[in-house]
Amino acid sequence: MDTILILTQALNGLQLGVMLFLMAAGLTLVFGIMNLINLAHGALYMAGAYLAAAAYGWTGSFLAAVALAVAGTAALGAAIELAALRGLYRRDHLDQVLATFGLILFLNEAARLVWGPAALFVPVPAALAHTVAILPGVPYPAYRLAIIAVGVAVAGGLYLLIARTRLGMLIRAGASNRTMVAALGVDVGLLYTAVFALGAGLAALAGAMAAPILSVEPGMGEPILILTLVVIVVGGIGSIRGAFAGALLIGCVDTIGRAFLPSMLRAVLAPSASAAVGPALASMLIYLTMAVVLALRPRGLFAARTG
Amino acid sequence: MDRRATWLLALLAAGLLPLATDALGQPYYLAFATRIAVFAIAALALDLVLGYGGLVSLGHAAFLGIGAYSVGIWSSHGVTSAAVHWATALAVGACYAAATGIVALRTTGVAFIMITLAFGQMLFFLAVSLKAYGGDDGMTLWQGARLGPLDLADDRTLYWVALAWLAAFLALGRRLVAARFGLVLRGAKSNERRMRALGFTPTRHRLAAYVLSGAMASIAGCLLAHATDFVSPSYMGWQRSGELVVMVVLGGLATLHGAIIGAAVLLALEEALAGLTVHWMLILGAVLVVVANVSRRGLLGLGATSRGPR
Repeated sequence: MDTILILTQALNGLQLGVMLFLMAAGLTLVFGIMNLINLAHGALYMAGAYLAAAAYGWTGSFLAAVALAVAGTAALGAAIELAALRGLYRRDHLDQVLATFGLILFLNEAARLVWGPAALFVPVPAALAHTVAILPGVPYPAYRLAIIAVGVAVAGGLYLLIARTRLGMLIRAGASNRTMVAALGVDVGLLYTAVFALGAGLAALAGAMAAPILSVEPGMGEPILILTLVVIVVGGIGSIRGAFAGALLIGCVDTIGRAFLPSMLRAVLAPSASAAVGPALASMLIYLTMAVVLALRPRGLFAARTG
Repeated sequence: MDRRATWLLALLAAGLLPLATDALGQPYYLAFATRIAVFAIAALALDLVLGYGGLVSLGHAAFLGIGAYSVGIWSSHGVTSAAVHWATALAVGACYAAATGIVALRTTGVAFIMITLAFGQMLFFLAVSLKAYGGDDGMTLWQGARLGPLDLADDRTLYWVALAWLAAFLALGRRLVAARFGLVLRGAKSNERRMRALGFTPTRHRLAAYVLSGAMASIAGCLLAHATDFVSPSYMGWQRSGELVVMVVLGGLATLHGAIIGAAVLLALEEALAGLTVHWMLILGAVLVVVANVSRRGLLGLGATSRGPR
């Protein structure tokens, strides 16, 4: 019984972890290359979820909905980059915080204006609406397994993109020395827009895949944005590898902490005390993890060199 | 108009405001002015670390929460003395600032922004899980706080008390940034290595500023709870922290009085836009994006804005 519970929770943690990786990869790339702190990344996640919900309504196909959501949000990201953020790369982080905070308010309210304040629900695609026995007698939802598979596949694809392609070469070069890349005649403006759109697309993929398990509503991007920020601080800002390791660590710590910490405390404390402390401590656990990591390694687990 | 005349005029306006709202029969605006004073205190506290120290804290709403819950938790146990509320808020706010500051100040720049944000969220979730004190829904304070003979449930009394705190903190802040402490803080912001070479340890000064700022903002949290007779985790939501940053930036960094102007402008803007349309956040968001792109030194700097890299 206990091993089954641990296995299921580990898979849940893994699923949260790959979701966080999709978010963190885009955020950390944008920071590493453009030196831009984009608080509106969570709003792009929300945009992905809303577009997926809307596209599902039009097409009735979940795959088409996800594809449309990713493409649409990537285009939205490119438009935002060109219209609102382009002038801020050389500026203080404070101006970037101000502008992207404004973007969050704008996008959240725009979603409320278009789709109303009530939450939308997207059904789990029929082909994945069953459970799979991961061990004999241990069912697990197929849709969540699919999320894990997609996340791992995207992580692999992203690795190939960055390690093997010309775009990836430019991204790596841009992360280590922006000025030099520009001096070599690369159209840096285009590169920035492309990277921002790529990040937006990844966030939208996470949002669209989360749509059937969460409710799609204005402001849904903020909780995951905070988790993503924790992930990239833990992993080391600007590092994709760090984002991957951080995402899995935070995903597992959060899920497993919530599942087991209360019962573990019950063994040590009185029932009333553990009932009060357990949930509080479980929700604080990832921040404590972050504090410990930073106390040991102030620049994160995989500190990237950014120039 | 010279500086002293401006201050006198501002003081006069603040003093005459209760008479004006009485004469107009608009007590709402007195409560609104109290709200501005409360947020001005929090923004002023933030300006101390953000403007002078160059530390972008995106978790300052946590201190509002600490202050508000100091009032809320004591009140729910029947303790209505504002002095007790304030002392608790100052102590807890300072301790929390010291504990999180030690970790957060190990990093700089973007990481600092993210860590303060995360710590703020941590406290938010702690408040949500405090089921005994309302949890997610918050709790209504049935008994108004008292300070000796003063009844803080009275709008006018509370206005004067908030104004007094604001004036005290403004005076303290101005003394502090003009003193050696403020010089070290500003020096470390513009060139930390040089300050180290001069034999200072800027981190210690930053931590002191952060702790002081946290304690000041906690008082703002107390006053917020006195003003609304209500306490909830939403006081320390991270949007609130963002609003505080916006106030400081709007008013102009590292000026202290700019934080007060920023608080007044943002709250008035929210109020006016909310009267205009339900979707006022759409407009406010767009305004913020434009301000961030166009102005380099907040509203006070709008007139003096010149283009070109900083």
